[in-house]
Amino acid sequence: MSQTITIASVYEALEHVMDPEIPVLSVIDLGMITGVDLGEGEVHVKMIPTFAACPAVSYIQQRIKTVLEQELGIAVTVTVDKEAHWQSNRMTSAAKEKLQHFGIAPPQVLAGEMHAEILLAVPCPHCGSKETYLRSPFGSTLCRAIHFCKSCGQVFEQFKPLE
Amino acid sequence: MSYNAALTDLIIKMADDELIQGHRNSEWTGLGPVMEEDIAFSSMAQDKIGHAWALYRILHENLEGKDPDTFAFHRPEKDFKCSHLVEMPNEEYGFSLMRHFLFDHAEAIRYESLLDSSFEPFRILSKKVKGELKYHTLHANAWITQLSQAGEDSYQRMQAALNNTVALAAGIFEASPEYEDTLVTERVYPGEAILYQRWLDRIYPILVKASLNLPDPKTITPAYGGRQGIHTPYLQPLLKEMGEVFNLDAEASW
Repeated sequence: MSQTITIASVYEALEHVMDPEIPVLSVIDLGMITGVDLGEGEVHVKMIPTFAACPAVSYIQQRIKTVLEQELGIAVTVTVDKEAHWQSNRMTSAAKEKLQHFGIAPPQVLAGEMHAEILLAVPCPHCGSKETYLRSPFGSTLCRAIHFCKSCGQVFEQFKPLE
Repeated sequence: MSYNAALTDLIIKMADDELIQGHRNSEWTGLGPVMEEDIAFSSMAQDKIGHAWALYRILHENLEGKDPDTFAFHRPEKDFKCSHLVEMPNEEYGFSLMRHFLFDHAEAIRYESLLDSSFEPFRILSKKVKGELKYHTLHANAWITQLSQAGEDSYQRMQAALNNTVALAAGIFEASPEYEDTLVTERVYPGEAILYQRWLDRIYPILVKASLNLPDPKTITPAYGGRQGIHTPYLQPLLKEMGEVFNLDAEASW
C-alpha cells in the first residue's frame, strides 16, 4: 500500500461507493460528498444525506469508510456536514442519465424554489411521453414520487426535485 | 441563562409536535385507504420523526440536552410540550387529512420564519426542512381540494373535520408566558401571534378553493395547555406504546 493518496484518488474511490436504494448511483453521482481532507495518515470525508430523515445515512457512512479503507489502505473518518444541505441540483447530469436508464425519472433542474407545477408532465422514463400525471408526491423511498404515464399505461417513479 | 432556557422551550415544543404527529402518521402504515395514501402517511411519518430527531440533536449539541433517543422516549408525560392537535387519535380519514393540512401549513410557516433566525442551527435546519415540507403541503392541498369536490357526503365530512380541528390547530400557536418576549426580542423567531396570523392567511385561499368555510377566528377558543405540559388523555397511551421497545432496555445499543 505504498500508493500516494491524493484528493483526486479519494474522489475516484468514492465513485465506487453506491447508494443502497439506487445501486446504479454512487455517492459522487448523487452529490452527497461536500469535502475531502487529507490529514496525517488519514482521510476525512464530509457528506450530506439527501433527505433529513434518510434511514440509510449511517449505512452509507459505513460503506464510504469500508470501501475507501480497502482501496486506499488508510484510515478514513466520515462525518455528516451540518453546514451544507442537499439539493437535487447537486446531482450530476451523468447521474440523471443513469437514473433514466434505471427506470426512474430524474429530478428537473430547479431555478430557485420548487413549485407544484414542476411535478406535472414529467417525461416517462419508459416511453418518453409527457402525457403523465403525478399520482402521489410520496413513493417507495423518501426521495421518490409516483407518476402515471397515460401513453404507455405504466406507473413510474421520479427522484423528487428538492430545493 | 434565560435565553438558553427560552430556546430550549421552543425547540422542545417544536420537536415534540413533530415526534407525536410522526407517530400518529405512522399509525396509518398498513391501514391506509389506498396504497398511495398508506405510503404517503408512512413517508411523512419518517420525515416528521427525522425532523424531531434533528431538533433533539440541536438540544443535545448546542444546549446541553440529553441524547435524542433518551430524551424522546424516556420522559414523563408532563415534560412533553406537544400541542393537543397532534395527540388526537387518527379517527376517520377526513380528520387525519385535515389535521395534516392544518399542521403542515403551520410547520411550513414556522420553518420559513426561522430562515433568518438569530440562532444559527435554526437557519441551517429550516433551509433543509422547508424544501421537504413542500411535498407535505402539496399532498395535503391536493386531498383537501379533491375530497371537498367529491360529492355532498364527502364535502360535509371535510367541513365537519375542519370545524372539529381548527381550535385544536390554533393551539399550536400557544406562546410561552415566560419565554416569548425573550425569543422575539432576541430575534429567534417572530413570535406565535405573528405565525398564527400568517398561517390563517396561508390556509384561507386554499380552503376557499375547496369551498370550505373557515370558522371566524374570533369565535375560536384555541386548545391551549400542551405547551405547559397539560395534555389530553390520548397522549399517555401513545407514549407508552411509542417507548415500549426502547424502555425494555433503555441501555441497549442499537
